[in-house]
Amino acid sequence: MRTIKFLLQKEFRQIFRNKAIVIIILAVPIVQLLILPLAANYEVKNINLSVVDNDHSDYSQKLVSKITSSGYFRLTGFNTSFKDAFKLIESDKADLILEIPHGFEQDLIKEKEQKLFVAVNAINGTKANLGGAYLNTITRNFNDDIRVQLMEPGKFNTSAAIEITSSNWFNPLMNYRIFMVPGILAILVTMIGGYLSALNIVKEKEIGTIEQINVTPIKKYHFILGKLIPFWILGLIVFSLGLVVSWLVYGIIPLGSILLLFGFVAVYLLAVLGLGLLISTFCDTQQQAMFIAFFFLMIFILMGGLFTPIDSMPDWAKVITKLNPVSYMIDVMRMIILKGSGLKDVQYHLYTIMLFAIVLNSWAVWNYKKTS
Amino acid sequence: MKQFIIFVRKEFAHVLRDRKTLLILFGLPVVQIMIFGFALTNEVKNSKIIIVDYAKDIASQELTAKIEASRYFEIERSVMGPEKMDKAFKEGKIKIAVVFPENFNHDLLQQNKGTIQIIADASDPNIANTLNTYLSSIITDYQTEFNSPRVMPYRITPETRMLYNPQLKGVHNFVPGVMALVLMLVCVMMTAISIVKEKETGTMEILLVSPFKPILVIVSKAVPYLILSLVNVTSILLLSVFVLDLPINGSVFLLFAESTLFIITCLSLGLLISIKTQSQQIAMLISLMGMLLPTLLFSGFMFPIENMPWPLQWISNVIPAKWFYIIVKSIMIKGLGFSAIWKETAILSGLTIFLVAVSIKNFKIRLA
Repeated sequence: MRTIKFLLQKEFRQIFRNKAIVIIILAVPIVQLLILPLAANYEVKNINLSVVDNDHSDYSQKLVSKITSSGYFRLTGFNTSFKDAFKLIESDKADLILEIPHGFEQDLIKEKEQKLFVAVNAINGTKANLGGAYLNTITRNFNDDIRVQLMEPGKFNTSAAIEITSSNWFNPLMNYRIFMVPGILAILVTMIGGYLSALNIVKEKEIGTIEQINVTPIKKYHFILGKLIPFWILGLIVFSLGLVVSWLVYGIIPLGSILLLFGFVAVYLLAVLGLGLLISTFCDTQQQAMFIAFFFLMIFILMGGLFTPIDSMPDWAKVITKLNPVSYMIDVMRMIILKGSGLKDVQYHLYTIMLFAIVLNSWAVWNYKKTS
Repeated sequence: MKQFIIFVRKEFAHVLRDRKTLLILFGLPVVQIMIFGFALTNEVKNSKIIIVDYAKDIASQELTAKIEASRYFEIERSVMGPEKMDKAFKEGKIKIAVVFPENFNHDLLQQNKGTIQIIADASDPNIANTLNTYLSSIITDYQTEFNSPRVMPYRITPETRMLYNPQLKGVHNFVPGVMALVLMLVCVMMTAISIVKEKETGTMEILLVSPFKPILVIVSKAVPYLILSLVNVTSILLLSVFVLDLPINGSVFLLFAESTLFIITCLSLGLLISIKTQSQQIAMLISLMGMLLPTLLFSGFMFPIENMPWPLQWISNVIPAKWFYIIVKSIMIKGLGFSAIWKETAILSGLTIFLVAVSIKNFKIRLA
């Protein structure tokens, strides 16, 4: 116990001596939380729409004004031909082309059926998906309006109508930032914990001070614990800072229990630090440790379900996400902060992360060799 | 010239000696392409749905069968009661719920009116929106069917075509983005770190007192990374053509020319960082925080630039990766020629010239 106390003293002194690290610990959470949610805004609005109206009728104009007044679309202009409109898509000035065929109104009344042509720039999948869906809904509404107008009221009422009422839980204002902030908190804790611990042992190796520790009677697990605890405390401080920032800036207050939140983060940090220390024991130079940590953290973060839904992944990728601690963390952050889930709801996640922590840390202790 | 070749050989030896880093450098683009190409998709499908069926009649069962048949939804289970539903949402697996009221079929037949309630987990607004639209259109289709044989007259059917990317795959966005990211990583970080390392270990002094021109010491350091980067570009392109079936619609030569321009931009950035810093750790942190993060944020491949507030949009204009990303996307996916991207190329060249000029001005023959 006394050994660990002295080791901790040494580590803390080294950390606070390095001004760059202190600045990073304080500045990174604030900057990330201020900029990332602003930048990572996948809210789809202002879809640029270009209209090719070959009909110029009352109906075509009504349809266009209905679309533009929906608030999702921004009319970039009317084009005389599809070719002109396509040029706008090529130069990224338009996302969507709506072509209204010649004789739209006349044929609709005469032949009772009419088509509209929609072309979507689908390079950006989310935007294309939602843009197309919005346009379909608006067209359907327009269609219903016209039908009511054209048919005698009595005849229309004989067919059954299903009314749909929808409610949005947990985020009724559909604010995208509220969704992103808990995920970004998860990434923040992961990056700080992962990088700092990965670089740490390697640095002692590179400057050679590890030899001095190796010749002392300090036990392997003493050494690893001495490295682990300071970063564990720092990680919790960074997380608290992040929570405060997200409360002050975005007004997000966790719905669930704060104690549970911190309890989970404490266990999760042990797992991430274990991963960093493990990487550290495998490398000889800081450059290597940096690249390897970057490599793994990048895969974990991309596959963690922060940006794209895990449900849509193929089965082999879902298996990988089971082995990815970050995906559990992002999930739990969203559950506790946004939905107010309790211990019972997250217990599966908690046990899995505990298992990760135990395996990674034992592996790190086992792999750290006092003799070279 | 002979001296120069010998120096380049020395640098190659340095790079090739570190097997672990080399493995990551070549493994990174491969793994990224695989993840982006096969695992990540913006498409919403297989979302878990629960059916709360108080009606248990023919209409509700037919509709449930329709929802089950759709590839967008996967029925998790059926529950009753608001508490059970609340719990299902809190456990986190359920994205959306449908509630059929009692006497649904009866009301539909007798009163010509039925009400269905949809409850979505809106913590992710986009998914909630998309699922809501899908579900509504399934219900509307059913309604039309329910009313047949009376076919609804005056029908308008939108015919939607997804241009460039009919399956809404993520690859089309990501391959150009991965190229920008990997080039940035190799050129900026590796160059900066390897020059600073010579400073830190003290070998820089030896190189500077040699009869070899100091500026050529630096240039010879950049050569291996230029070649490594070109190898990486080639492997990314080969993977995307043969594994992801993403053809290069434009000119390959133009693509390589633009890549080389971007590589030179990155190398000059790495050079600038190495001139300004004294320790590896600081060089690393500056390249990571100052270069990689902005590249991820502002190149437009992960985060939509047009949604950002204007100060961030303005900042994005000085990020070289943004212009490179636009160029690659135009050549590879849209198949446009030089006339469509001369403006972006000019901006990128301008940035490069500026960076090279600043580096040369700051370069000192003597160490402090």
